[in-house]
Amino acid sequence: MEKHSQELSQDVLLKISNIDAFYGTFQALWDVSLVVKPREIVALIGSNASGKSTLINTISGVIHPAKGTIEFDGRDISTLDPFQVVTLGISQVPEGRRIFPEMTVLDNLILGSYNRQARSDREQNLKRVYEHFPILEQRKNQLAKTLSGGEQQMLVIGRGLMSDPKLMLFDEISLGLAPKVTDELYRAVREIRGKGITILLVEQNVRRSLKEADRAYIIKAGRIVLGKNVAELREEEIKQAYFGV
Amino acid sequence: MSVEVLGDLSRPIVMGVLLGGLYALIGLGLSMVFGVMKLINVAHGDLMIFSAYFAYAVMTAWGIDPILSLTMGIPLWFVLGFAIQKYVMRRAFGISMEAPLIIAFGISLILQGLAQRISAYSIGLETPYALGGISLGITSVPRAYLLSFVAALVVMLLLREFLRRSYLGKAIVAASQDRRGAELVGINTGRVYAFAFAIAMATAAVAGVFFGLTFPFYPTAGVGYLVIAFGVVIVGGLGSMLGTFIGGIVLGLTQTLSSYFLGTAWQMLFLYLIVFVVLAVRPQGIFGR
Repeated sequence: MEKHSQELSQDVLLKISNIDAFYGTFQALWDVSLVVKPREIVALIGSNASGKSTLINTISGVIHPAKGTIEFDGRDISTLDPFQVVTLGISQVPEGRRIFPEMTVLDNLILGSYNRQARSDREQNLKRVYEHFPILEQRKNQLAKTLSGGEQQMLVIGRGLMSDPKLMLFDEISLGLAPKVTDELYRAVREIRGKGITILLVEQNVRRSLKEADRAYIIKAGRIVLGKNVAELREEEIKQAYFGV
Repeated sequence: MSVEVLGDLSRPIVMGVLLGGLYALIGLGLSMVFGVMKLINVAHGDLMIFSAYFAYAVMTAWGIDPILSLTMGIPLWFVLGFAIQKYVMRRAFGISMEAPLIIAFGISLILQGLAQRISAYSIGLETPYALGGISLGITSVPRAYLLSFVAALVVMLLLREFLRRSYLGKAIVAASQDRRGAELVGINTGRVYAFAFAIAMATAAVAGVFFGLTFPFYPTAGVGYLVIAFGVVIVGGLGSMLGTFIGGIVLGLTQTLSSYFLGTAWQMLFLYLIVFVVLAVRPQGIFGR
């Protein structure tokens, strides 16, 4: 067992095994398994309400799986709460952004480094965030609610980086944004991966997912129906997952 | 003639501002709990008054000065608040939105019962320094009013700096603006809620003592001041310490000025009327978001 988990930490960063998850009495995930390896960009593809966000939230500890396990870095995190999951090195960029609207941009970022490990690296991480998104430095003393949609999304990505994550979960970062802004966000996503951070992303735009990701999982009605390298993924397979046969 | 009127007016204006400070001090804790947990803590007035009873008991038993007794009262109320949130309210929040409200009613009744055991009659924290007047140049005011105002100003400024500068303070503000967002940046919201309740109770401890130095109190006195504190929060708006302070002053001035022009019988009516008008015209409060 010991040996097994050591092997696991070397070539798998996140391992989800056979999880079920519920919203109240509604079962949103059925026997879901997937792996994310270090430095990968993995995309979750699926139509609306297929369980993508639920899966992201289950990893973050917002929802606890009723069955199955989630291992991160060789450690079972299935029962941890969100603040504990963040401390271990998983940071979520949530759908709907969830900024702190009445606080300054800088305070939003500072709160990203709330966990004790990240506090000591705060200034260094702040510099890194400003390198990814120079506009945030210009706007650091403004209230977060005064930013444009794209800037708010940058803020949330920056806030996520402030916790010194090993794995980042991106949930629909391009939602409602212009293509040009989306391009800029994904340029940052690639830069982030380039710094050694692993990425699991949910993206409504399938073409975008396939362009950015190394591997993709297709999720349909709460079940993973396919997982393979993006290069090997055929269009028919995606269509089938989306529209059924 | 106008100078005459102004001369007469200076006293109610100064008294109103000072009284408003005390109202703000009571409102601060209510505002904090409401802002962070969306709970109208109906026990807030009783928790405040009970602090006056505690100071009274300590003063009668050991002869300890009421303000000095806050060195015990503040930590005690802080711990009490932390425990109420952590062990009682947190579970109640898991049941329904009404459950914590009912618990707060329960706490209110328990405290009134306990206060009854200490003294069923109207009592006051009588100290030589709070009695008597002090001249402020244009008019003379009761010393207790001035003390309360200074205490309110100090508590408000401390709280404001704490919320702006410390990690925990920022976390409390963040949790009040977006709870899920706060959890996702690594804030243990359960713990932050307990701290917010604890801090609110510490301010109630201070408010109770200065209230007791200013006015006589009785076991159910907290109920009326809960309503005033609620008015302060409505007028000042949530999310701003300064707003709460100014909300208190608006109500204090309303009370003293309506009393001055129309007689004491009218003062509370006008106070509630102002609250009503603010609710109708600007429901987020003068400084609210």
